Amino acid sequence: MSLEYENDGALHAKLIEEVLSQYPDKAAKRRKKHLSIAKSGVEAGGESEILSECDVKSNIKSIPGVMTIRGCAYAGSKGVVWGPVKDMVHISHGPVGCGQYSWSQRRNYYVGTTGIDTFGTMQFTSDFQEKDIVFGGDKKLEQIIDEIEVLFPLNNGITVQSECPIGLIGDDTEAVSRKKAKEYKKTIVPVRCEGFRGVSQSLGHHIANDAIRDWVFDKKDVEFEAGAYDVNVIGDYNIGGDAWASRILLEEIGLRVVGNWSGDATLAEIERAPKAKLNLIHCYRSMNYICRHMEEKYGVAWMEYNFFGPSQIETSLRNIAKHFGPEIEEKTEKVIAKYRPLVDAVISKYRPRLEGNTVMLYVGGLRPRHVITAYEDLGMVIVGTGYEFGHNDDYQRTSHYVKNGTLIYDDVTGYELEKFIEGVRPNLVGSGIKEKYPVQKMGIPFRQMHSWDYSGPYHGYDGFAIFARDVDLAINNPVWDLYQAPWKERPPSGRAIAAE
Amino acid sequence: MPQSAEKILDHAPLFREPEYRQMLAEKKLNFECPHPDQIVTDQGEFTKTWEYREKNLAREALVINPAKACQPLGAVFAAAGFERTMSFVHGSQGCVAYYRSHLSRHFKEPASAVSSSMTEDAAVFGGLKNLVDGLANTYQLYDPKMIAVSTTCMAEVIGDDLHSFIENAKDEKSVPRDFDVPFAHTPAFVGSHVDGYDGMLKGILEHFWKGQERTEAKGTINVIPGFDGFCVGNNRELKRLLDVMGVSYTFIQDASDQFDTPSDGEYRMYDGGTKIEEVKRALDAEATVSLQYYNTRKTLDYCGQVGQATASFHYPLGVQATDEFLMKISALSGKEIPEAIRLERGRLIDAMADSQSWLHGKKYAIYGDPDFVYAMARFVMETGGEPTHCLATNGTSAWEAELKELLASSPFGKDAQVWAGKDLWAMRSLLFTEPVDLLIGNSYGKYLERDTGTPLIRLTFPIFDRHHHHRFALMGYQGGLRVLTTILDKIFDKLDRETSQTGVTDYSYDLTR
Repeated sequence: MSLEYENDGALHAKLIEEVLSQYPDKAAKRRKKHLSIAKSGVEAGGESEILSECDVKSNIKSIPGVMTIRGCAYAGSKGVVWGPVKDMVHISHGPVGCGQYSWSQRRNYYVGTTGIDTFGTMQFTSDFQEKDIVFGGDKKLEQIIDEIEVLFPLNNGITVQSECPIGLIGDDTEAVSRKKAKEYKKTIVPVRCEGFRGVSQSLGHHIANDAIRDWVFDKKDVEFEAGAYDVNVIGDYNIGGDAWASRILLEEIGLRVVGNWSGDATLAEIERAPKAKLNLIHCYRSMNYICRHMEEKYGVAWMEYNFFGPSQIETSLRNIAKHFGPEIEEKTEKVIAKYRPLVDAVISKYRPRLEGNTVMLYVGGLRPRHVITAYEDLGMVIVGTGYEFGHNDDYQRTSHYVKNGTLIYDDVTGYELEKFIEGVRPNLVGSGIKEKYPVQKMGIPFRQMHSWDYSGPYHGYDGFAIFARDVDLAINNPVWDLYQAPWKERPPSGRAIAAE
Repeated sequence: MPQSAEKILDHAPLFREPEYRQMLAEKKLNFECPHPDQIVTDQGEFTKTWEYREKNLAREALVINPAKACQPLGAVFAAAGFERTMSFVHGSQGCVAYYRSHLSRHFKEPASAVSSSMTEDAAVFGGLKNLVDGLANTYQLYDPKMIAVSTTCMAEVIGDDLHSFIENAKDEKSVPRDFDVPFAHTPAFVGSHVDGYDGMLKGILEHFWKGQERTEAKGTINVIPGFDGFCVGNNRELKRLLDVMGVSYTFIQDASDQFDTPSDGEYRMYDGGTKIEEVKRALDAEATVSLQYYNTRKTLDYCGQVGQATASFHYPLGVQATDEFLMKISALSGKEIPEAIRLERGRLIDAMADSQSWLHGKKYAIYGDPDFVYAMARFVMETGGEPTHCLATNGTSAWEAELKELLASSPFGKDAQVWAGKDLWAMRSLLFTEPVDLLIGNSYGKYLERDTGTPLIRLTFPIFDRHHHHRFALMGYQGGLRVLTTILDKIFDKLDRETSQTGVTDYSYDLTR
């Protein structure tokens, strides 16, 4: 269901020029490398068709004072990778703020009795005081682990998520973790994700992946009967239930999901992962590292897939099935056929209401590219996209998705994003909480694409229906036509369409 | 197949469908290696006991579900209350993303702040270069009238000195020499967001007042609200009261417009706030009044040092607290409290009298910032309620003593307990062992409501899961009406729910209550 269109590259080039002219010279020079227009690339057919080139610098330091939207390594580790592991207690080790601001904000759904056998929506902090900075926090950390064992005896492990001061004052969280792991015969994982490390969330993902390798794998005898169709889902954080809407499909085509990383995961699912036959990776950015490691060390192959929107779901399911042979392929065709009526009904309901609407995206991880085709399945046009913390390989992968002339912005600043949106006036912006309200003030519909704006799931066929509904309700709400007081020019455009 | 285009189910109903329930049950059984159900149930029950409570309250190091944030959040909020002021937080950049998100999620509004984006090299060499470049970029891109600099804990640990760094930046022409760059060191490992508020406010006042000649303007008053998630409603209500009284005042740190900009097609990065000229003139005020003592201790000391009279309150809410506030303002300004305000007071009393039977003897647990908890406990007692548990994670021993004195002054406070420095996991034990009728706090209290069944009334920052409450005042007599109605709604909704079973409990499903 590929949609043919081209974007207004000339307009976008002009917008880039305009924003750069507002910076001091030194900053303009640096920012220039992060902004570009996707250009028509290699002509080719098949799966690896490159539609365009997104040639920007990425994964380098943000410029001070420009209002980057990025977070930090702690956010990448505690917030993204480790936080969702539900049967472990994750200590935000350092002052109170980091844990407080990230408490329950990513919507990693899980099933369990919180505070008893699961701990996902809780905030455990060592609440550092001045004396801890001066004298070090290792003793306090030991005591914290003791107290956790008294109050939460059913925890299956602990992680120590280091905040900025830990690395600066020279604490040895590794030694404490080792000692206490031995004492309690439990997995205790120190993660060196101090916020000043690296340039964004991204290094935090990498450090968190390395911690799994160094502190979880091969530490226990894992009793597990491996099967021929065992897969791990890697990099699905079950936001609003995404991983569940994906799992149901994988099980339907005959696979056994033996581990889900890390949404709704238990430590056991992480420990057994190397025994699976295939790693299916959704968020490549945050978890490719451990997939590469499992491939090298345990011979577990990995492949990327995309469960946003029916076009990508079908392609992905077929690719996955191909890996397992005819039996699974046959089941897969049946599953695709089973869901086809739902897909057709969703598209015939929403496409006429959304056709031709333009979208700008600015997100993290996989979404700046992965969701593009989901919008296109609804007849919508992606005019701009960019990553908070992407690397070069993300932008390469993006070339398979975006059309000629698309505006590309890496580590966009608040100023740039505002000016781009003003200049392009898209019909919808998909980005985060910090961007939501400025955009809506301009009278432009918005959906949060980190938290699904408290909706979801968006993965899988069940999720696509919700996604389509949400995009429709954002764009076709009558409020956008009420912005102008009637005594002040411009009557309403009458664009809103009532929900069906 | 549960999903259909006609009736699209999102997460809440979708995962209750049989396909998903079965899938999740099998996932648990086959792959999660869970503890046996009985063990989980037993541990769950154990957490409701006095024995668990004692272990829980004996914690010395671990903090679980605290009701406080860190200093720079307060500094960013404080800066948002001044005309065209950009917050610049010196240190790691992720922190700033967190403050902005946190404020946006509560106010449902944009929240702007920039970071000096320090990374590992800055940890080694210091963040001077980041601050010099950063100020230049902020000044040029965001066209502020003032840049208010605070710090993350990273910059504090390595010991960056804001005063000399800002001087350096001015030397290097990042901003013009006479451009206003007040600052405050706001270490996250000292105090909480209320101290960050205090520090930033003092930093701003010092920046404008230091070395200036003060010519006292008799009868003029500065009003400082403190960190307040309800600033939108409260500040406007207080200004209305002061205007009705005809007081000559300056509201110092007023974020009510900044966090309540209209939607009319234009994004206003800056809106409202105390004007810089007003801040300068405020030095001459006869007195400075703080609405939240524990948010402004250093600031008030400073105001005293420059020669102003000072007075402070604990979030003037309810009858007697509002009375005291107005009388103090009247005394300081020489303006009478007009009849119109006396009538407003009477209307609040009237409402309280109308509803007293529903409120008398109700037991409450209250948590939040120190001044808020003090205020709510006092109002609850005015309605005949009993504040059984009063908890402030950022409460000091001085706060504890002061609140205990208040509680001792009323028969309704005789069984009350004050919990300074405790967190919401401690509150969970308190609610299980000594239950109450109602819990007053913020959105984080919803986990306590779920676990203990205590109905939660959201009346303080942050409120993420209900919309627009902060747009209505809680302070003053009008605010008292709002608080009263909110509490009553919770009581009546619960009663209706409990009496709505057809043919079983609905004999009590009264039309009039």
